[in-house]
Amino acid sequence: MDLFPLGWMHYLAGGLLLGAGMSLLFIGTGFIGGMSTVFTTVWSWFSKAPAFQEERIVASRKWRLVYAAGLVLGAAAWMLTLGESFVTQVPAWQLALGGFIAGFGARLSNGCTAGHGICGMASLQPPSILAVVIFLFTAMLTANLVKAFA
Amino acid sequence: MKPATFIFALAAGALFGFGLALSTMVKPEVVLAFLTFKDMGLLLVLGGAMAVTFLAYQFAPRLLGKPLAGDKFLVHPSEMSARTLGGAALFGIGWGLCGVCPGPAIAGLGVGNWPLLISLAGLLAGAYVQGRFFGR
Repeated sequence: MDLFPLGWMHYLAGGLLLGAGMSLLFIGTGFIGGMSTVFTTVWSWFSKAPAFQEERIVASRKWRLVYAAGLVLGAAAWMLTLGESFVTQVPAWQLALGGFIAGFGARLSNGCTAGHGICGMASLQPPSILAVVIFLFTAMLTANLVKAFA
Repeated sequence: MKPATFIFALAAGALFGFGLALSTMVKPEVVLAFLTFKDMGLLLVLGGAMAVTFLAYQFAPRLLGKPLAGDKFLVHPSEMSARTLGGAALFGIGWGLCGVCPGPAIAGLGVGNWPLLISLAGLLAGAYVQGRFFGR
């Protein structure tokens, strides 16, 4: 069985760059660069609900938005230099429902693939490591079920 | 926001986004291929990112004392709780359904992957329902 049918170098290089981004944020500002929190912080401008007005949410909402804008710019820079545009064929209902459940779950868990998967694991935190094991398991289960029945 | 904070956040995000695009994590098809055991590439992405970040988290505070343009190095302790673990289980179900997690949902727009706007709307809606009705 071929573990990497599409090659492996771009995966590793991409991962190292991703880590470099997290590291630059930390070295420059001291911030921890999880990604899902931005979805909560943007609501702080629109909703008075207490969860959106917590100090840590309001205090980080500006840099998180800049960080997210950087994500779009960085990906666009890749498209204009090494890569090309790509449009997914995953059905809209999967994108919508999956996005909703992932957004709810990541915020309940206070972390996603970036927050728990990279930041939490890189700081050797047992709850994050366990969270990664759990979400990898449920994600694999779900993806295989969808593949079998869809 | 201090200009230096703006520049660091933007540059860090850009590196992150470039890495997500280079590693093809902005393609849900690639993520789903990993989750269905067809291509183990995502492990290299995660491992590479973790290794670099681990070094920064370990050594930056010792070598620098404080961030280049900030007051202190923050820590973000995750808690061992039903919320953390149950939320992770739900997150995995959503991720396995669409192949899109928060970083790629945003970065994917940079490579013109416009259907990810649907996932982005879903992520925002999920975060709203969580904060509005299930916040502490």
